[in-house]
Amino acid sequence: MELDFGPAVRDFRDELRDWLADHLTGEFAAHRGVGGPTDGEAWEVRLAWDRELSNGGWLGVGWPKEYGGRGLGLLEEIVFEYEYARANAPYRATGNALDLLGPMLLKMGGEEQKKRFLPPILAVEELWGQGFSEPGAGSDLASVRTRAERDGDQWVVSGQKVWTSFGIHADWLYVLARTDPDSVRHKGLTMLLLPTDQPGVEIRPIRNLAGQDEFAEVFLSDARTGADMIVGEVGQGWRTAMATLGIERGTTLLPQQLTFEREAEALIDLARERGALDDPMLRRRIIDAWISVRIMRTTNLRTLAELTAGRTPGAQSTTAKLYASTRHQQLGHLAQELAGPAGQIVGEDYGLDMRQRSFLLSLAETIYGGSSEIQRNIIGEQVLGLPKEPRP
Amino acid sequence: MDLTFSQEQDELRKVVRSFLAKHSDEAAVRRLAAEPLGHDPVLWRRMAGELGLQGLAIPEEYGGHGFGYVDLGIVFEEAGRALLCGPYFATVALAAEALLRCDDEQARRDLLPGIASGETVATLALTEDSGRWDEQGIRLTGRTTADGPRLTGTKTYVPDGHLADLVLVAARTPGGISLFAVDGDAAGLVRTALPTLDQTRKQARLDFTDTPARLIGSQDTAWPALERTLATASVLLAAEQVGGAAAALDAAVDYAKIRVQYGRPIGSFQGIKHKCADMLVEIEAARSAAYAGLWALDADDDTETPVAAALAQAFCSEAFTKVAGDNIQVHGGIGFTWEHPAHLYFKRAKSSEVLLGTPSYHRELLATRLGI
Repeated sequence: MELDFGPAVRDFRDELRDWLADHLTGEFAAHRGVGGPTDGEAWEVRLAWDRELSNGGWLGVGWPKEYGGRGLGLLEEIVFEYEYARANAPYRATGNALDLLGPMLLKMGGEEQKKRFLPPILAVEELWGQGFSEPGAGSDLASVRTRAERDGDQWVVSGQKVWTSFGIHADWLYVLARTDPDSVRHKGLTMLLLPTDQPGVEIRPIRNLAGQDEFAEVFLSDARTGADMIVGEVGQGWRTAMATLGIERGTTLLPQQLTFEREAEALIDLARERGALDDPMLRRRIIDAWISVRIMRTTNLRTLAELTAGRTPGAQSTTAKLYASTRHQQLGHLAQELAGPAGQIVGEDYGLDMRQRSFLLSLAETIYGGSSEIQRNIIGEQVLGLPKEPRP
Repeated sequence: MDLTFSQEQDELRKVVRSFLAKHSDEAAVRRLAAEPLGHDPVLWRRMAGELGLQGLAIPEEYGGHGFGYVDLGIVFEEAGRALLCGPYFATVALAAEALLRCDDEQARRDLLPGIASGETVATLALTEDSGRWDEQGIRLTGRTTADGPRLTGTKTYVPDGHLADLVLVAARTPGGISLFAVDGDAAGLVRTALPTLDQTRKQARLDFTDTPARLIGSQDTAWPALERTLATASVLLAAEQVGGAAAALDAAVDYAKIRVQYGRPIGSFQGIKHKCADMLVEIEAARSAAYAGLWALDADDDTETPVAAALAQAFCSEAFTKVAGDNIQVHGGIGFTWEHPAHLYFKRAKSSEVLLGTPSYHRELLATRLGI
């Protein structure tokens, strides 16, 4: 099934297809499909690729022109993501700022902030890291303990953040901090923009189970930022954060699903090569893997169609993440099983092939952006209207 | 291609849902399920007369309303939700489709208007003792005589075959498979209602002895059209299964909100809440599978439809059974009683799972169609 939104969008799509075909060459072509939200593979090449995209005017397709975007609509953004994934281009190194911070500023930021921060994002001049999670606040962001106090025309921030994707590359962080020391839960939190290039900020890499250093923990000791560096209002950081996470859930599934489709095709090729298609038990799992990715595709199309029709997306937009993340793990297990003993051998310096990397990183998909358990709570309480658990 | 429901489609769903909530409520389902006939002719006439449901997707030139498959899918989803008893699936998804897919203009003109008006209850007789849904499973023979075609053999597991006015019969003829139309009260046709595990959808055994029949389309060439019919019916059954599963989840959620244990509603415990969430994940995936089939049918996509249809049956069958079983589990002991409706959905799920071939069969159909 092809996405088709009429002639104007078709022209946009064709222009993009041509551009991608012309530019995804040389070293970029060698890194097709590299990367993911937790994968810092081939960082320098990907950064260079992001600059190439920026020069072509392809970053911020839906952002207003005054901030360096193309000023196009949601349709074009969707088509961009779709074609981008279809071309198997590298996962964007600036993804965090493009997918999360940018939309958050566009939605809730002040005019000065938009002018100051959005153009450098699109020019790949400043990289951003997300400072939400803490050692004691993973899924339960309401228990954030990082504190921020007002000192004249500055905020002074202290605390510890963790699981900051691409944090070691970040020039700026957007940080959820408690600005009212007596507040509890999600009241009294504020969203702050904080430069990393100062003595009060220390960023240490955390090695993930795939052997990569792309997570970071961030230590803040009296780190400083301007009084005007809050997004939304003081004490309203929870609202800002939730709006951001809502954006994240909406935009990541489409490119992801195309990657999964590719993996399913590769899985079938591998099974054919190894004669596994004749094994009834494996055969069934292979067919089910194909069914899963095809269902993900239709589910995303349903949501996209609703969004573009100006309708509120149905329950499938909430269940899609849980379905995709659990089924992708199953696909990874099956691919590893089909690869057999050869799948157990890695390259020098724990160098993983695409299949191994995707399999290991899939273990994070049921955790980041809200773990499967949190997803089930959200579905149960917000979609099905079941009573909340008693909270102290 | 429009992948969202229009306002008119939302309205259609609302109208059908409220009609069925009134006329196919639990009492009506139980009454019809307990009867051997399992069919309410008054309701049938109202479905045709007031809402035009039998002829919804039949083209206007044959007395229908010319709506698309997405519209028809909405009706099947709602019929599944209400556990509608009676020959709707047999008549609309099987018989009308077979006529539409066969290349026989005269037969369409003769037979479809009766179906659309609610005058004719019809079915398709394909399976025999082997229970197979493929071409090889067809053994009943059709032969040509001076007085026209005659059928001899046995069909069984025929949905609503005990009461159909019109039976479309897949038969083996000298050069292949042919489709015949037989009157329900034809000479040489003995119909035996079969007691069914799922009492909400009746089945029958049909014994043909030199039974007079009318050839539909040309002789020996019916299989491709029957295959398309089965693909369409698979998608519509999938929509029905989605509706049934959604109703089962609604029941589980309603109960989880009011049933108190250890001092709080059981729906506040993660053990129950997460089970309900998983049920919804399964249902939304099934919905996607069924809708993809409906879109492919409306797009008249001959490549996509057989793939989407096999996928929909492979997935939605198991999803409905799983969700209907989980509904019993959420209800605990009460869900295991005859008085509670949970078992009605579970049994419908179980019977639907094999109605057009098992999930394993459809997985293999899918694999073959994909070249896996």
